[in-house]
Amino acid sequence: MTDVTDRQQLNYIAAQAADARVNLELETEGMTLNIGPQHPATHGTLRIVAKLDGEQVIAADPVMGYMHRGYEKLTEVRTYPQVTTLINRIDWLGSFANEVPFILAAEQLMEVEAPPRAQWIRTILFEMSRIANVVLFLGDVAVQVGAVTPAFFAFRDREHILNQIEAVTGGRFHPNFDRIGGLKDDLPAGWVAETKLVMKKMRRFCDEIETLVFGNEIFEARTRGIGVIPADIGLQYGLSGANIRGSGVDWDVRRDQPCGLVYDQVDWKVWTHPDGDSFSRCWVRLQETREATKIVDQLLDTIPAGPVMAKVPRIIKVPAGEAFVETENPLGVMGYYVISKGDLVPYRVKIRSASFNNMSITPWLLKGVYVPDIITILASLYFILGDIDR
Amino acid sequence: MSSTDTPTEEAVEEVPAPDTTREAMLEQLTGELGGALVGSHLEPGIDLTIRVTADAWATTAAFLKTGMGFGYFNFLSAIDWKPSPFGRDMDSQVDIALDGTEPKEPEEMTWGLAGGETRFQVFARVNDVVKHRGITIKADVPDDSLTVPTWVGTYAGANWHEREAWEMFGITFAEHPGLRHIYLPGEFEGNPMRKDYPLLARRVKPWPGIVDVEAMPGDDDDEDDGESSDS
Repeated sequence: MTDVTDRQQLNYIAAQAADARVNLELETEGMTLNIGPQHPATHGTLRIVAKLDGEQVIAADPVMGYMHRGYEKLTEVRTYPQVTTLINRIDWLGSFANEVPFILAAEQLMEVEAPPRAQWIRTILFEMSRIANVVLFLGDVAVQVGAVTPAFFAFRDREHILNQIEAVTGGRFHPNFDRIGGLKDDLPAGWVAETKLVMKKMRRFCDEIETLVFGNEIFEARTRGIGVIPADIGLQYGLSGANIRGSGVDWDVRRDQPCGLVYDQVDWKVWTHPDGDSFSRCWVRLQETREATKIVDQLLDTIPAGPVMAKVPRIIKVPAGEAFVETENPLGVMGYYVISKGDLVPYRVKIRSASFNNMSITPWLLKGVYVPDIITILASLYFILGDIDR
Repeated sequence: MSSTDTPTEEAVEEVPAPDTTREAMLEQLTGELGGALVGSHLEPGIDLTIRVTADAWATTAAFLKTGMGFGYFNFLSAIDWKPSPFGRDMDSQVDIALDGTEPKEPEEMTWGLAGGETRFQVFARVNDVVKHRGITIKADVPDDSLTVPTWVGTYAGANWHEREAWEMFGITFAEHPGLRHIYLPGEFEGNPMRKDYPLLARRVKPWPGIVDVEAMPGDDDDEDDGESSDS
């Protein structure tokens, strides 16, 4: 072997030494650890098969499908209005936000535009879904490092948001409120004033969490520098939402590819964090929740009068065509690729859910971390199993 | 109605301008891919869809990523263009195959944007997060082999998406590092997302959600209303 460079030889020696240390000095033996399918850290039924060497993960392989409900197949036998009842269940913590991109895609094919008032209310409810969803994350992420109190705070304060959503839509978790051409109903009396109070409460909650969790030494020690995702790797895997903005990528579909929602009418900011570690992902979500309360506040001030429903036929047949609409959902970018052949039912709907892409990085990301960090990394990626399994 | 309602301003109607950025994208792709680019559809101001040959499926991805800045992998999936033989639409109460009647007459295949020639197509979407644009890429999957090259070498995130497309449609991705089931149990047979795969729920009982124009309340007399109306 004449053409072996010094560098290669050094690498080889280092690898030999590392092997020797593992096999001889410590006498370790590989072990397979099953995390899940039922585990408090996984927000649903997810199994992770981790191969360990001591306390270090050599390989991790998520096993999904425990909750696969075949929504893409079911959409092919459901009429367009019926589809919203299914897709509500994809991300059950921020249901309303799931309905919007599908409805927008159908509207794009039908060349229907919702009246301004409907667009405003849509955006308000969309952001309230985000708050309801992320509030739970902010409380829950502390649980993964051993603190339980913030979770109680989160459940307590989320109730205010859910009450407001319920007052409009009639549903706490599955509103099924969005319609092709607008919304089912208008806002009830007194709702605007009450929602403003709730937004104030949410900002207070964010302050509490910032002090309790983000200012906590243990939380910092467990999340800073752990699970680092470089921006280019994150883009390749199609991460979105706070996961990619936590790696310093300044991309937010709400601002950059606006579609049907009125984010251009308000003054708001896209938060990013350069570190790309677990901490930065959590931190971006905290800032986004604050920003969402500000967006809701501004929209409540400027909400226009008028109808909430455009003129659409009673029985909706969507003209043949294809449309892809993506929105910035609580978990990341959610999109629906709708193919219509002019029938009552869609011909094919591809559901591009945020968590599926976010989760796909885990085999790469978990390689080499230590067992306790699996949990904090998974928590910081923030996925909902319904969003992965669909 | 809330007290903070303010009168709305009239939305400014924009004249659809020629979409120069997407036209330039299409021009660049045509220059690079040449004969491999077999179809395209440009919807000004909305989207661009291109269709390439199966052989050029992976090279297109590599060019989009390195040559045009589409570094963001959005999704990858497949479409089955064959009309369902079960008459699976809302006009039929049950799958036709269920009640013993003869199968539906084979319909002509019609393709969507950017056309098509084969029963199966793979399609994917990538984004450029700097210039805020996206593009949909489609490719015909040859009927006799159902194989296209993998994207994993270019976009690592395509791994799971290709596993899903493989399991749901039965399309093989050549040189994929681990083509195995992702959602379904390992011993599962069949490709559920194909149009000729029966939907079991429809075989057990008729779907009750059939669309017909229901009478509005009060339009007709309800029979079981007599007792409850007593005061």
